Amino acid sequence: MATENIIFHVADVHKSFSGLHALSDIDLGVKEGETHAIIGPNGAGKSTLLNVCIGRLKPDQGTVTFDGTALTGKQPHEINQLGVVRVFQTPEIFPDLTLMQNVMVPCLSKRDGSFKLNFFRRMSAEKDIKELAESTLVDVGLGEQLYNDASSLSRGDKRRLELAMGLAQKPRLLLLDEPTAGMARHDTNKTIDLLNRIKAQGMTKVIIEHDMHVVFSLADRITVLAGGRIIAQGTPDEVKGDPKVREAYLGEEQE
Amino acid sequence: MKNESALKDWTLIILFAAVVLTMPIWLKPLGANYPDLMQKFAIFGLFAIGFNILFGLTGYLSFGHAAFLGIGSYTAVWSFKLLTMNVLPAVIFAVVMAGIFAFLIGFVSLRRSGIYFSILTLAFAEMSFNMAYSVLTPITNGETGLQLSLKDPRILDNFQGEGIPITNLFGVKMSGMPGFYFCAAILIIGFFLSVRITRSPFGMMLRAIKSNQTRMAYTGFNTRPYLVWAFVISGMYAGMAGALMAVTDPLAGAERMQWTASGEVVLMTILGGAGTLIGPLIGAGIIKYFENIFSAFNEQTLNEVFGALPDTLQNIVVKIAGLFVGEGWHLLLGLMFLIVIIFLPGGIMEGFRRLGKLFRLSGRSA
Ligand SMILES: Nc1ncnc2c1ncn2[C@@H]1O[C@H](COP(=O)(O)OP(=O)(O)OP(=O)(O)O)[C@@H](O)[C@H]1O
Ligand SMILES: [Mg+2]
Repeated sequence: MATENIIFHVADVHKSFSGLHALSDIDLGVKEGETHAIIGPNGAGKSTLLNVCIGRLKPDQGTVTFDGTALTGKQPHEINQLGVVRVFQTPEIFPDLTLMQNVMVPCLSKRDGSFKLNFFRRMSAEKDIKELAESTLVDVGLGEQLYNDASSLSRGDKRRLELAMGLAQKPRLLLLDEPTAGMARHDTNKTIDLLNRIKAQGMTKVIIEHDMHVVFSLADRITVLAGGRIIAQGTPDEVKGDPKVREAYLGEEQE
Repeated sequence: MKNESALKDWTLIILFAAVVLTMPIWLKPLGANYPDLMQKFAIFGLFAIGFNILFGLTGYLSFGHAAFLGIGSYTAVWSFKLLTMNVLPAVIFAVVMAGIFAFLIGFVSLRRSGIYFSILTLAFAEMSFNMAYSVLTPITNGETGLQLSLKDPRILDNFQGEGIPITNLFGVKMSGMPGFYFCAAILIIGFFLSVRITRSPFGMMLRAIKSNQTRMAYTGFNTRPYLVWAFVISGMYAGMAGALMAVTDPLAGAERMQWTASGEVVLMTILGGAGTLIGPLIGAGIIKYFENIFSAFNEQTLNEVFGALPDTLQNIVVKIAGLFVGEGWHLLLGLMFLIVIIFLPGGIMEGFRRLGKLFRLSGRSA
């Protein structure tokens, strides 16, 4: 793998939970503008890897760097402010706020930084923020329910809101944890289109996905995890042909 | 937002100002239109509005806000003693001092959340209360309470009057109705600020913290300073309320800092509707109104009320009712609180909302 353009680098990461080796010896490099998929069976350690990347978990060993800055040891909000944004597997939204507010909050974080004492400004005067939030919600297909409470959404719609919250920040690196799980095929295809459009804008992405259709339509490179270890890495074609992968994961799913 | 335009805000504030300033008129039928009580409404309303900025918006429940009330009162009285009987400096110093203490206490307490936060604030308030009675006696005058005296320097007031002077605002005496209007004006300013805070990006962040604080961190926010500022702002409101108590009656005692006083503002906010703009004010008004009526009742007045009943029945009724009035009025308060919380978890404001819905529905079907 050529090292010149690598913007996101996971090096030698280990993480165990009281004896359980959730991650061992993980090395991973993502080039700028690339979409990198992480696949693997349930419990392979995929979400744990993202948790390490965004500062929710501290690795026992190893480093994660983004654009030359070490993410390990940084606070979650500092990592987000660097432009590394995660879309969660189980929706982490603001249930008591409206959809618009849910998306305006990350927009404001992007514009104003991690803290701003703007208590005398009117939210209704934040035209740009409103427009951005609204267009992002329309993009993910939630344009009909802008002023509903987020708690009223169906599970699938919550995932879309979650996605909108991530996209609204226009991140430099977007970490997606199963963005289409639980969506109907039609909605999955719409999400793929959306993610491909973002890719055209040059956003770097790491995507965890179970759905092979999604993986093969989006990914430039794939890393296969099983039992906390990387068992294969390469282009979609290389991975498809790898016998270890077929055995551990793809198995019957292939033809 | 759809209904948060500047125009609507101004309508709300002007309406609010009108309601507050006409209190002497519309409270007359209730027999509550005398300055002392109306001042109380304004002062506790202010206290509750400020408390709501912390509790209603962020969900952090402080059990120690009476400490800032006390600090505000002591500071104001010291300003009367050392500087001038003009209330303006007193109020400003009180707010600043309460803000400083709120910063210190908030900074430490906000290291924890949930029940641990509440306990920490309670502990700090109890410490303040005990210190006011013990080591800080030179500042607080202990159990006697801090009072004005003839020997006070009052270096800015150089006129030599007879006896202890009355608080004033550039010469206008702050007793009776002018005193009420001063408190009312400050309440209106306080309400205006709370509307602006609630509708600001800052206010939205506070609500987002209440809704899902962990998510805020992964969205790029440092939640600590938001919470510390919310705590300081609400502490400043409490300090302001404490100062107004001293304006209308220039003495300060440590009992103002007792935990029961901290608990009272919690009750007011929840009773009216935490997180709403007007709810806490309604809660404060109702509690102070009923306190005023029922704590004044005694056996004699009860006997008059139930005089029409047969003697034995009258005795029994008076005995039972007697438990809930006078000293026992808190029993009635507790009962009221229970009923509201069980049937209207969102407080009285939720009751209004439900009524509004009912009317709109029946209006449509008619
Ligand atoms: N906080 C934690 N404490 C203890 N064990 C954990 C924790 N988080 C994850 N694990 C364990 O680590 C292993 C990897 O979990 P992880 O959630 O990363 O899997 P995954 O690959 O994302 O699976 P899925 O496809 O089901 O989402 C699992 O065995 C899980 O039980
Ligand atoms: Mg997972």
